[in-house]
Amino acid sequence: MAGSMMSVLLYIFLGPLVGGLIAGIDRKISARMQGRYGPPLLQPFYDVLKLLSKESIAVNGIQNFFIFCFLIFIIFTGSLFFMGGDILLVIFALTLSSIFIVLGAFSANSAYSSIGAMRELLQMMAYEPMVLLTAIGFYVVTKSFNITDIMSFETPLVLYLPGIFLGFTYILTMKLRKSPFDISMSHHAHQEVVKGITTEFSGSTLAMIEIAHWYENVFLMGFIFLFFVWKMPGSWIIGIIACILLYFFEIVIDNASARYKWQLAFSSSWIAAAALGFTNLLILFLMK
Amino acid sequence: MSFLKKSPWIIHYDGTSCNGCDIEVLACLTPLYDVERFGVVNTGNPKHADILLITGSVNEQNKDVVWQIFNQMPNPKVVVAVGICATSGGIFAECYNVMGGVDKIIPVDVYVPGCAARPESIIDGVVKAVEILEEKRAAMTKKRKMAKVRRVSGPVSLSNMF
Repeated sequence: MAGSMMSVLLYIFLGPLVGGLIAGIDRKISARMQGRYGPPLLQPFYDVLKLLSKESIAVNGIQNFFIFCFLIFIIFTGSLFFMGGDILLVIFALTLSSIFIVLGAFSANSAYSSIGAMRELLQMMAYEPMVLLTAIGFYVVTKSFNITDIMSFETPLVLYLPGIFLGFTYILTMKLRKSPFDISMSHHAHQEVVKGITTEFSGSTLAMIEIAHWYENVFLMGFIFLFFVWKMPGSWIIGIIACILLYFFEIVIDNASARYKWQLAFSSSWIAAAALGFTNLLILFLMK
Repeated sequence: MSFLKKSPWIIHYDGTSCNGCDIEVLACLTPLYDVERFGVVNTGNPKHADILLITGSVNEQNKDVVWQIFNQMPNPKVVVAVGICATSGGIFAECYNVMGGVDKIIPVDVYVPGCAARPESIIDGVVKAVEILEEKRAAMTKKRKMAKVRRVSGPVSLSNMF
C-alpha cells in the first residue's frame, strides 16, 4: 500500500516534469529532422509558465471548469494506473477525461473548436476499441485486470500479444496527437482548423491543457511499459528502453507523414484493431 | 517571471500585402533563420498569440478583421507592423481604397520598415516587441492583481455554431 501511494505521489509530482522534458526532446528532435536548430530543451516549461502569466479569455464561463476537470481526471487516470489498480477503471477514467475536453471545446461555441471537438469524438471512437482490446488481451494472458498482477507475469506480455502491441502503437499516434492523426489539434504550424479543439482556450486554461497532455503522455508510456515488463527484477530497464524507442518512432512518423482525413483515420484504426488486435486474441483463444 | 521573453507566440495577418513581406515572415521559420530557437511559434490563433505581425496596409474591407484579431488576443500583447505598407501605406498610401498604415486601426508598438522587410529586420522587430511585451506585463501586474479571466459575450445560438 505504501509503495503504491509512493508511486502515485511520484507520478503527481514528477509526471509533468518528465512529460515536459519528453515534449522538449520531441521538439528538439523534430527540429533536427527538419534541418533546424530547434528550441531549448526546457521550451515547453517556458511556454506553460508564460501562459500562466497571461490573461485567460472565456467565451462561456463553464469552459475553463471543463478543462480543469480534464486535468484532474487525467491525473486521476494516471494515478490509478501507477497505483497498480484495475486497468478497466483506468480506461474508463481516461475516456471520461477526454469527454471533458470535448465538452469544453463545444461549450466555447466557436466553429473551429466545435470542429475540433467533433474530430476528437471521432478519434475517441477510432481508438477506443483498440484500447479495450488491449485490456482484454492483458486479461486473457494474465487472468487479471489488475496492473500489479499484469506487471508480475512470468514472461514479457509482448511475446503473447505482438498484434495487440502493434495495434496499440497504431492508435497511440492518435493519443499523442501526432501526424497523421493530429486531426483535432496539431502542435505543428498547419492551421487547417486554426488550433482545433484548443482554439478557444488561452492563458492559464491553455496551460492546464498542456500540463494534462504531459501527464497523459507519461501515462501512455506506462501502457507501453506494461508490454515489456515481467517478473524479472531488472526488466523495467527493458520497458523504459522500449518506451524511448517507441516514442522516437512516433516522432519519425510525425515528421514523415501528412495529416489523414478523418475517414481514413477512423477506418484504418478500426481495421488495425480488427486485423492486429482481434486476430491476436483469436489466436490466443485457439492456442489455449 | 520573464518567461514571456522566452516564448513569444506569433499570429501573422496579411492585410493588403503583395505577399513579399508574408513570404519573408514565413522565411523566418525556415531552417536558415529558425526563429523557433527563441521559442517563437507561429500559432495562427489570436487567443494563443502574444505578438500580432501585420503585413500590408489596412483598407475598408479588412479593418474589422484587424480589429477583431487584436481584440481576441489575451493581454499583454504587442503589434508589429511589418513592411512599409503596414507602417504607413507605402506607395499605396494615396490609393482610394487604402486607409493607410495599421496604426489607423490599432495601436502599433514596433514598426519594421522595408519593401519587402528582410527576415533579419523582422526578427529584430520581434526582439524589440518582446521587450515591450515584458514592459507591458510588468505594468499590468503592478497596476492590479490582473483579472486573469476575461469574459466575452458573443452571440450564442445553435444556428451560428456551424
